[in-house]
Amino acid sequence: MAEPILALDDLCKAYGALKVTSHVSLDVRPGEIHAVIGPNGAGKTTLIGQISGSLAPDSGRIRFDGRDVTALPMHARAHAGLLRSFQITEILPAFTARENVALALQAREGHSFRFWRNVSRDADLNARADACLAELGLEARAEVPAGTLSHGEKRALELAIAMACEPKLLLLDEPMAGTGREETDRLVEVLRALKGRYAMLLVEHDMSAVFALADRISVLVYGEIVATGTPEEIRDNPRVREAYLGEEAVA
Amino acid sequence: MSTQSAPARLSRELIGALIVFALFAGLPILADAMGDTFVVFFTIRIMVFAIAAVSLSLILGYGAMVSFGHAAYLGLGAYCVAILAEHGIWDVTVSLPVTLAVCGLFALVTGAISLKTRGVYFIMITLAFGQMAYYTATSLSAYGGDDGLTMWGRTEILGSTALGDRTVFYYVVLGCLLTCYLLARMIVASRFGRVLQGAKQSEMRLRAIGIDPYAYRLIAYVIAGMMAGLAGALLANAAEFVSPAYMSWHRSGELIVMVVLGGLGSLLGAIVGAASFLVLEEVLSHFTEHWRLIFGPFLVLVVLFGRGGLISLLPGGRKNG
Ligand SMILES: Nc1ncnc2c1ncn2[C@@H]1O[C@H](COP(=O)(O)OP(=O)(O)O)[C@@H](O)[C@H]1O
Ligand SMILES: [Mg+2]
Repeated sequence: MAEPILALDDLCKAYGALKVTSHVSLDVRPGEIHAVIGPNGAGKTTLIGQISGSLAPDSGRIRFDGRDVTALPMHARAHAGLLRSFQITEILPAFTARENVALALQAREGHSFRFWRNVSRDADLNARADACLAELGLEARAEVPAGTLSHGEKRALELAIAMACEPKLLLLDEPMAGTGREETDRLVEVLRALKGRYAMLLVEHDMSAVFALADRISVLVYGEIVATGTPEEIRDNPRVREAYLGEEAVA
Repeated sequence: MSTQSAPARLSRELIGALIVFALFAGLPILADAMGDTFVVFFTIRIMVFAIAAVSLSLILGYGAMVSFGHAAYLGLGAYCVAILAEHGIWDVTVSLPVTLAVCGLFALVTGAISLKTRGVYFIMITLAFGQMAYYTATSLSAYGGDDGLTMWGRTEILGSTALGDRTVFYYVVLGCLLTCYLLARMIVASRFGRVLQGAKQSEMRLRAIGIDPYAYRLIAYVIAGMMAGLAGALLANAAEFVSPAYMSWHRSGELIVMVVLGGLGSLLGAIVGAASFLVLEEVLSHFTEHWRLIFGPFLVLVVLFGRGGLISLLPGGRKNG
């Protein structure tokens, strides 16, 4: 079996007495979609924060793409190909959708200590940004300030920005949160199309999306992984049914 | 940055800039015809402060760095020129590089420290560095200390004393303003400028796509410091006198007011803001000593109701650099 693209080794983090991450070990294999599910407050967002580098774990190690990145700052991890999307949309509201994506492409191309050329007239950059937007059905919204997009469009833009960075591993924190059925279906299709292009760690509450996409699922409860397995194994795991899924959710 | 298409934005902006610079360019001719010299001196002052306001607008309006010590660069630039003159060095080929280097270095060192902080802490620490410069100037007893230092002439250009001519000096200052404005516009529109404006909106977003904003902010801070230093060098020449008052925190506050008054996030706004501020100050102070009592509420009204500042009332429109 190929070496995992991401491997968490005994990760722990506490806020005071509250253990938000408790001895978490999991891995993501190249090309795999590994879903992490769990009730609200289980520590999913905190876990993504530690993997992406916006939060520091108390102990444990994070290996990404063959090296230890535990001490690497967030922007350096992003450069290495470890990208994340945010549960609470984190876009640049005054920039247009195109400018949001173009900035991500620009970041990919190394330093931005370039003062002379007008970036908004960089036809090549704009064309590539528009191509990313088109993948998510946002091509008609390229010139709209991102702050005025609909919620669903913002979620899609969030994904377009991450994809523009050509990730090796994409951490997705509830990409479907708050979107309507139709938008959820479209995002599922987008992610399915991306499957295999890069690995993903998917945190999601929408169970139909999770079971449609995931190769493996880990269940997080009170900061602890209580089960990891294929969707079938997780569906049939009595502990998981009891702790989280509920009978009707998988019926 | 707005819902208008790019060409519409460009032409609106062009119109605004053309009007402003045409007014500046035509003014000495008009003043000569009316035999009024005060207006020319006064407009030189406006243009000098407009350069300082443009430089502050670059970091405040586009980078959300609320520097409360920006007048330090004005003073520093002025003192560089005056102190060199005191030692018999008058030529621009020496004084300009020295001014830019000193201001750039001061910005690099203080910026590197200040930019480790955010929000109110950044305001406080830039204020502290500004005051440090102020008190250092007051203690320079060899150069007049509290009383300041008189320059017995103006900067020379390769030995020529052409700047002594009022009209020549006026157009040199205008040229400096135009250069700084165009330079700032170019920076804002560049890849660098996009990072700066992105970091203002969400630092987390920038880190998430692989950009650490610190170095970008620092470079912008240094550019702004050098630009304000140039304004200081021109101010020393305009007044043929320098004093620690140039660096006082009141002055820094006034620069912020100019930028906000003109319209945050607009470089042309900074120029309009500087002009409006100085004209209002001049006019109001003729009527009453307590002009600040009128000016304060006026400012509050502009900030509350004219969200885009004065620039949003001009044909140049708002938010277009
Ligand atoms: N900065 C913080 N300080 C204290 N507690 C926090 C902080 N961030 C998150 N928590 C707590 O940690 C727990 C896990 O939060 P989170 O990772 O957001 O859960 P999830 O994403 O699974 O819903 C929650 O109980 C939350 O209240
Ligand atoms: Mg969460």
